[in-house]
Amino acid sequence: MNIDFTPEDEAFRDEVRGFIAANLPRECADSPALGVMTDKSVVKRWHKTLYEKGWAAPAWPEEYGGTGWNATQRFIFNEEIARANAPRLMPFGLTMVGPVIYTFGNAEQKSRHLQGILSGDVWWCQGYSEPGAGSDLASLKTTAARDGDHYVVNGQKIWTSYAHEADWIFCLVRTEQSARRQEGISFLLIDMRTPGVEVRPIISIAGLHHLNEVFFTDVKVPVQNLIGEENKGWTYAKYLLVHERTSIGGVPESKKKAAHIRAIARAERNADGGALMDDPAFQRKLAEIEVRLTSLEYMNLRILADAAAGKAVGPQSSLLKIVGSEVQQALGELAVEAVGYYIEPVGQGALPGGANARGIGPAHAWNVWADYGYGRAASIYGGSNEIQHDVIAKAILNL
Amino acid sequence: MEFALSEEQRMLQDSVRRFLEQNSPLDKVRLAAGNTHTVQRSLWAGASELGIPGMLIPEDFGGMGLGFLDAAIVYEMFGRYVAPLPFLGTAVMAPLALMLAGSEAQQEKWLPKIAAGEIIAGVAVTESIGVREGAGVKAGKGTLTGKALFVVDWAEADLYIVADSDHGFHLVLPDAKGLSRRALNTIDKTRSVGELVFDQVAAEPLPRSSADAVARVIDAGRVMLAADTLGAGQMMIEKAVAYAGERKQFGRVIGSFQAVKHLCAEMAAALEPSRSLVWYAAHALDEVPDDARLMACHAKSHLSEVGRFVARTATEVHGGMGFTDLLGLHYWFKRIGFDRQLLGGPELVRLEAARLQGWAA
Ligand SMILES: Cc1cc2nc3c(=O)[nH]c(=O)nc-3n(C[C@H](O)[C@H](O)[C@H](O)COP(=O)(O)OP(=O)(O)OC[C@H]3O[C@@H](n4cnc5c(N)ncnc54)[C@H](O)[C@@H]3O)c2cc1C
Ligand SMILES: Cc1cc2nc3c(=O)[nH]c(=O)nc-3n(C[C@H](O)[C@H](O)[C@H](O)COP(=O)(O)OP(=O)(O)OC[C@H]3O[C@@H](n4cnc5c(N)ncnc54)[C@H](O)[C@@H]3O)c2cc1C
Repeated sequence: MNIDFTPEDEAFRDEVRGFIAANLPRECADSPALGVMTDKSVVKRWHKTLYEKGWAAPAWPEEYGGTGWNATQRFIFNEEIARANAPRLMPFGLTMVGPVIYTFGNAEQKSRHLQGILSGDVWWCQGYSEPGAGSDLASLKTTAARDGDHYVVNGQKIWTSYAHEADWIFCLVRTEQSARRQEGISFLLIDMRTPGVEVRPIISIAGLHHLNEVFFTDVKVPVQNLIGEENKGWTYAKYLLVHERTSIGGVPESKKKAAHIRAIARAERNADGGALMDDPAFQRKLAEIEVRLTSLEYMNLRILADAAAGKAVGPQSSLLKIVGSEVQQALGELAVEAVGYYIEPVGQGALPGGANARGIGPAHAWNVWADYGYGRAASIYGGSNEIQHDVIAKAILNL
Repeated sequence: MEFALSEEQRMLQDSVRRFLEQNSPLDKVRLAAGNTHTVQRSLWAGASELGIPGMLIPEDFGGMGLGFLDAAIVYEMFGRYVAPLPFLGTAVMAPLALMLAGSEAQQEKWLPKIAAGEIIAGVAVTESIGVREGAGVKAGKGTLTGKALFVVDWAEADLYIVADSDHGFHLVLPDAKGLSRRALNTIDKTRSVGELVFDQVAAEPLPRSSADAVARVIDAGRVMLAADTLGAGQMMIEKAVAYAGERKQFGRVIGSFQAVKHLCAEMAAALEPSRSLVWYAAHALDEVPDDARLMACHAKSHLSEVGRFVARTATEVHGGMGFTDLLGLHYWFKRIGFDRQLLGGPELVRLEAARLQGWAA
C-alpha cells in the first residue's frame, strides 16, 4: 500500500486545477457555496469543454476516448472536479450505456454511438423499470418481437429519468418467454424519435419534472440495435448495474455537499447568535458524517483499484451503494437542520439538469429542501437498500 | 390517575375524523395546495359547525371552553388528513394571546368572531424564538416598525396578533397604513405563512402582555405542532402498511418480506410511545404549569425527530411511488417537515429544554 502522491501526481493535480479554473463556466465557479445545480445548457457546455480537452470519460479505455490515466490520477481528477463545484455530467451515457457498448457492442454500434456519448451531443436515458418490475427487475414485460430485420416493441417503462430530454433510450425487453425469467431478456437501443414512443411526465416530491413514463406501441427497432446476443441482455444489465453502483456511492457529490454545509454553517447563527460552525453539537454531527464519508471514499478507492487490476467488482458495490446513500441522506438532513426555517420557502432546481430559480431567504438555503426530498430517492434507485442488504447477506456472507 | 382520553374526547376526535374524511379528501387537499394562499372558507365554515375555531374560547365568548388536550387531539386529526385549514393561529395561538393578555373589551370584540369562524387570525411570534435576517418588530407609541417572518395563518387574515421585541402583543389590522405583506411559498402547501413588514403601522397593544404570555402562546403552538406530526405520521404508517399489503414484487406482496415488515414495525415502535408524550404535554398546558414549558419543548423536539424518521421510512416502503405526486404521500412528508421547523427546530428547542433544567448556560 502506498498512498503518497508523487511529484508527478502533484504536477498532474496542478494541471487539472489550472484547467478547471480557466474553463469552468462562471455560473458554477461563482456559486461554490450555493450547492445550486446547473441547467442543461451549462452541463452541456461543461461537457463539451471537457470533451475538447479529451477529459470527458477518464474511466473509458483509451482506444474509445478515455484518458489513459491511472487510478491515482482519476482520483485526483475527481477530487479537483468536486473541489471546484463543477457540475456532474449526465451518467446515462458516460457511466452506463457507454461501457456496455464498448464491452459488448459490435464495431458498427461502437462507431455509431460512442462518439456522441463522449462529446455529450447525444443524451441517453435508462429504460429498465416497469410498473410491475421494480426491485424484481427480471419480471419485466415489455416485449420485442422479431419481424424480419426489425423488432416490434410494445410495453411501458416507468421512472425513466430525463426521458423527456434524451435522444436515445437503452432498454431491457423480453424477447422470449422462458422458464428462467432472466434468460429471455435482451438489451436494445431505441431512438426516442421512433414513431410509437411516447413520454409522459411524472412530477416528483420536489415538484419537479425529471421522471417519466415511456410507452412503446408497435415501435419498430432495427435489429442492428440489439446489443450482443439475443436473450443475453440480463448479463449486460448486471454488468451495468455493478458499474452504476461503483459511482452510486456518490463520493464526489457528497464531498461537495459537505463543503456546502460547512459554508452554510459559517454563515448561519446558532440559537445564541454565534456561528453555527462553532456549535459543538453541530460540529459533532458534521464530524460523524465526514468520518463515514472518508471511509466510504477509501473503500471506493480500494474497489476501483481492484477493478483496475482486473478483479470483478461484484457484490462489494452493494456496500458502496448502502453507505453512499446513507451518507448522502445524512448530509441532506444536516443541511436542513443548518438552515432552520429557511428550508420552508421552496427553492427550485436542485437536480442535475434542473433550472435554478431564486428562492427566499439566504441563497445558500434555496435548494436545501429540494435536495433533501430528492435525496430520499438515493436509497431506492439503482436497487433499493433493502435489496442491497439482501445481496450482501447472500453474496458476501453466504446467509 | 387515568392516563387515557375520556369518552367525550374520543367522540370529539371521531367527529373531527369523520368530518375531515368526508370533506377534506386528498383531491381537495390537492386543489387547495394549488392555491396556497386562499383559505378554504367552506371547509372552515364546516369546522365551525363542529365548534372547532372556538374550542379553546370560554363559553361566555361563544366558544366551547375546552382544554389543550382536546385541541391537540383535534389537531392530530388535522395532521392525519393534511387539512388545509388555519387552526394553529386562529383557533389556538390567537385566542390564547387574547385570553392571556387582552383587555376585556378586546376579548369581547374579537373572541366571539373567532369562535364563530367569522375571522382568520394570523400570529407573528417567530422573532420571540430567534431573530434572523435582521427581522424583529419594535413598538413605538401605538405603532409598530420592523419585520415579522413566518407569520402563522398569514393568508386572508382579518387580524394579526404580533409580538414585539419587548414581549408585548399587539393587534394589527391587515389594511393598516404602512403594513406590507408578502406570501412565503413553503414546502407545505396545506398551510400558509407569510411575512409582515411594518412601517409605523397603527397597532393596539394587548395591555396584559408579558414575557410569560408570549412564551405560553409559543408553548401551546409547539404542542399543537407535535400533535399535528403525530397524526400525519400515523397516517403515513397506515399508508405504508396498506401499500406493503398491495404491492407485489417477486410474486408476493412486499409486506411479506421481513425487511419491509421491520421498516413498518420500526415506525410503529417509534411513533406510538410518543403519543403519550403529546397527550401529557397538552394536559400539562392546562393542569401542570410547572411542567408545561419543558414538556412542550420535549414534545416538539421529539415528535420532530420521530416524524422525520416515519416520513422517510414510509417513503422508502413506497419505492419509486413515494417520490411522486401519484399517491400524494409527499403532502404528509412536507407537512411533517414544516412542523419540524416552525416555532423552533428540535436543535434549538432541546437547548431551551436544557436551559429550563439548568443544564446549560
Ligand atoms: C428518482 C428516481 C429515479 C429513477 N430513475 C430510473 C431510471 O432512469 N431508469 C430506470 O429504469 N429506473 C429508474 N428508477 C427506478 C428504480 O430503479 C426503482 O424505483 C427501484 O428499482 C425500486 O422499484 P419500485 O419503485 O418498483 O419499488 P418496489 O420494488 O415496489 O419496492 C417497494 C419497497 O419494497 C422493498 N422490497 C421490494 N422487494 C423486496 C425484497 N425482496 N426484500 C426486501 N424488500 C423489498 C423495496 O426495498 C422498497 O422499500 C428511478 C427511481 C427513482 C426513485
Ligand atoms: C440475560 C438473559 C436472560 C434470560 N433469561 C431468561 C429467563 O429467565 N427465562 C427464559 O425462559 N429465557 C431466558 N433467556 C433466554 C431468552 O429468552 C432467549 O435467549 C431468547 O428468547 C432468544 O432465543 P435464543 O437465544 O435461542 O436465540 P435465537 O432464537 O436462536 O435467535 C438468534 C438471533 O436470531 C434472531 N431471530 C430468530 N428468529 C427470528 C425471526 N423469525 N426473524 C428475525 N430474527 C430472528 C434473533 O432476534 C436473534 O438475533 C434469557 C436470555 C438472556 C440473554
